[in-house]
Amino acid sequence: MIQVSIEVNDKTVTAEVEPRLTLLDFIRDVAGLKGTHAGCEHGVCGACTVLVEGNAIRSCLVLAVQADEQEVISIEGVGGDLGRSGELSIVQDAFCEAHGLQCGYCTPGMVLAAEALLADTPNPTEGDVREAISGNICRCTGYVQIVEAVMLAADRLANRNYKSKPGQPYDQTLG
Amino acid sequence: MVEKKYKFISQPRHPTENRRFVAGRGNFVADIDRPEMLHVAPLSSHYPAAIINNIDISEAMMMDGVIDVITGAEIGAAIQPLMNGLDTPKVQRFPLAVNRVRYAGEWVCAVVAESRAIAEDALEKILIDATPQPFVLDAEEALLPSSPPVHPEHGSNVLLDRQFVWGEVDDDFAKAKHSLSFSVTWGRNSTVPIETFGVVAEWNGWDQILDVWASVQMPKYSDQIARCLNLPGNAVRVHYDVDVGGSYGVKRGIKHATLIGYIARKLGRPIRFIEDRLENMRAGDAHGPERKFNVEVAFESDGSVRSMKMRALDNAGAYAGRAPFQLGKPISAIVGPYQINSVSYHAISVTSNKTVQEAVRGFGQAPTNYAIETAMDRVASFLKMDRLALRQRNLIQSDQFPYLIPSGSTYDSGDYHAVIEKVLTAADYPTLLANRDHLRDEGMMAGIGIAACLEPSGGNSSFEPLLNESNKTSTWMESCQINVDGLGHLTARIHTTSSGQGHETLVSTVLGEVLEIDPSSIRITRPNSLESLPGNSPVGSRMAIMLGGAAARSAEKLKAKLIKIAAHSLGIDAEKLTYAGGNVLAPDGRKHTWQDAVELAHRQFHNLPEGMDPGLAAFDIMQVPTGNALPVDGKVHMYPCYSFEFHLVLLAFDPVIGRPEIHSYTVGHDCGTVINPAIVSGMTYGGIAHGIGAALLEEFAYDPNGQLMTQSFLDYLMPSSHEVPPIKIVKHCTPSPHTVFGQKGSGESGYLGSPAAISSAINDAVSALDIRFEKLPIRMSAISDAIANKSA
Repeated sequence: MIQVSIEVNDKTVTAEVEPRLTLLDFIRDVAGLKGTHAGCEHGVCGACTVLVEGNAIRSCLVLAVQADEQEVISIEGVGGDLGRSGELSIVQDAFCEAHGLQCGYCTPGMVLAAEALLADTPNPTEGDVREAISGNICRCTGYVQIVEAVMLAADRLANRNYKSKPGQPYDQTLG
Repeated sequence: MVEKKYKFISQPRHPTENRRFVAGRGNFVADIDRPEMLHVAPLSSHYPAAIINNIDISEAMMMDGVIDVITGAEIGAAIQPLMNGLDTPKVQRFPLAVNRVRYAGEWVCAVVAESRAIAEDALEKILIDATPQPFVLDAEEALLPSSPPVHPEHGSNVLLDRQFVWGEVDDDFAKAKHSLSFSVTWGRNSTVPIETFGVVAEWNGWDQILDVWASVQMPKYSDQIARCLNLPGNAVRVHYDVDVGGSYGVKRGIKHATLIGYIARKLGRPIRFIEDRLENMRAGDAHGPERKFNVEVAFESDGSVRSMKMRALDNAGAYAGRAPFQLGKPISAIVGPYQINSVSYHAISVTSNKTVQEAVRGFGQAPTNYAIETAMDRVASFLKMDRLALRQRNLIQSDQFPYLIPSGSTYDSGDYHAVIEKVLTAADYPTLLANRDHLRDEGMMAGIGIAACLEPSGGNSSFEPLLNESNKTSTWMESCQINVDGLGHLTARIHTTSSGQGHETLVSTVLGEVLEIDPSSIRITRPNSLESLPGNSPVGSRMAIMLGGAAARSAEKLKAKLIKIAAHSLGIDAEKLTYAGGNVLAPDGRKHTWQDAVELAHRQFHNLPEGMDPGLAAFDIMQVPTGNALPVDGKVHMYPCYSFEFHLVLLAFDPVIGRPEIHSYTVGHDCGTVINPAIVSGMTYGGIAHGIGAALLEEFAYDPNGQLMTQSFLDYLMPSSHEVPPIKIVKHCTPSPHTVFGQKGSGESGYLGSPAAISSAINDAVSALDIRFEKLPIRMSAISDAIANKSA
């Protein structure tokens, strides 16, 4: 067993873990955050996408011990009051509005892939969006409304009144 | 300007479920954590066929954290076999192989341990002594009397062999000027949801009840579990508030639930089993149809198709289940959208040593549509006629509805020609043709694909009695229950799980429409199976029709009660009152409000009409519209509604590389009145994406030794955002006369025609080389090889 200390959203989670424990299982079973989903567990589908140090990565391919002392944002760390208040981020809100989802299983990974894209590329083309989500498989939507959602979010982020970090709720940008 | 007929229906409303999903707050089965829960890992067979001599579990049982190992022999003696759709009592299926293994990957035993990791470790310590047996993979070979039977007790591999003749087929063939024949094969693929199947079960010995949480989409799930486990029906409680991470038909999980339910009861602790991807792909028993068609059509020189003979041979895999019925649903649309006078249909389902087949989006209709559309392309090619003109000649005309087809179903409504005209305009067909030719001039292989097809919807189950005469099922109901609380707020109950179809939005929209109240003020709940009215889950594109119908009828009952209360209170005949916005209005201007009725119904029994029960609640259990008769003489009316779709595609590929790129995709869709436009469009986009996968990428391929070669996402390829192009949907609305608002089904839309359209486009692209692709998927290797062979 190895001790790891990972900053997950707003708090540091310290635990003794087996070296073989994935970051995905650490987030779900040790940190107790169930919004990060297992899809293939071999790095293809992207359902387990989280942000590590701001980069979208597949948490099924990273061991918890590799993420020691790093900053992880899971879907619970997106949105107002770190997701507890029912407030949504601009990206999440756009996914709702464009109906960029159906069953909701790939959705947390999609939202985080979109958050990562828009943090680096505030004015993406449709091609940029398709590239950014190409590592996230969705079986429900055919991606059409997901692309619409991300373009809508980009537009809203570009037209908000002040610059904020991605993941902040839509309402905060109105003032 | 079209008059706005509805306040909430067909209007742009955000699906209400979306908020919890974008926040990662869905309630998926893997999120359910019970105290003292144990975990399961199954051990798979490496042999496609073998007799099990001995299973040595002794070393595994000595490992720390291992609680039990369940073998097929144990469970086979303790529970009833899983339900068979057909009358094939000797084709017995249990959750674990009993004595004999029938496909590579089949589970032979299951380790129960304190963690999934320990359970997986223990699998390596189990020793199986088995004697390999001869096996069969190909359906035509399985059909031969000399082939090794997958179930020796059954005597052969034939599960179903039925010959139907509807109309004067021989006569029509004799009279017609031309005929041609061909074969096409629909490859074995599936819906492969991103969430695998999972189940948690917990036995409460004090109350004698089994709680089940499962990512399931399955009619009569709790009944089936109870029957298998020898429990009363009311001792199994399936929780419908579990969000299902995609299904599109396949999440049936009956073998999983009986296995986990059995273990939970045996050990008295909660048990969890979530398939990993490998288990899901090779042994989740969720492959789709694998079907070979031999088709012969008779037609005139002007392109009129008179008659069709179709033989459909389906490879069901190692066990029967409901798979053979996927040859039955297409009978309800066996002529597609065309006027074909007579049909003979030979439906054959065989067992093989492959993974078990389950229901897939469209329940067999997409493969059949692919065969019918290939026939249309072949006839056009034979006559050197335009493919589009040929279809337009044969399509049923809008004034011919209701239209009785030879196999006994009556199509409700449609205007196929109008939809096609809209698509041609939207896609700018002349420019599309010019673009194709331009691509060809540049050295690309370019083709236009065309497909027209139907989506039978509102599913009842009359293919069951049609294919199994001992089955007398005609009932296929759905239900809804509503209640207005003491503060006047409405809560509705729906009695099934959902897997992305937006049923909460459907029900709140319909209730809001009928009762003229804000849908967003309505709470939707999902009780468990014991607190639910009967239903049949979201299969067969039925929920807009059936759940929407039951919700509307519940609301009408509630509205009638509100009016009765008002009539009594105002002292006016009910017929003179009008209902508006939740209130009841008298001709003299007096108003009996919603809150007035709540006050009387909940608190003032003395002011209610005599004989009226208190409270404001209603429910409805609705039978399928038009679903009222058993088959007669091999004919039956199946589905109340028939949605239409028309696909028009331009794709191109480099002749050396052979990788198709879709340049333009337009689909015309008529599913009657749309309840929620975003949801219907989403399902159509998703269906097309899935169809692109089926046409170009996805296949459960086996090697000659019976091993599944595509058992991860690295080799079973699913379309990403690079493979699915922007798609233009052209909407048309021909209401159904059989439903409350004129709605038809849309849950299988897109998928039913896109594989045919893609195949049509690729074949158009290579037509100059005299190449024909007769099997799906048409992978890039097949394309480049075929072109290279021609050039060589």
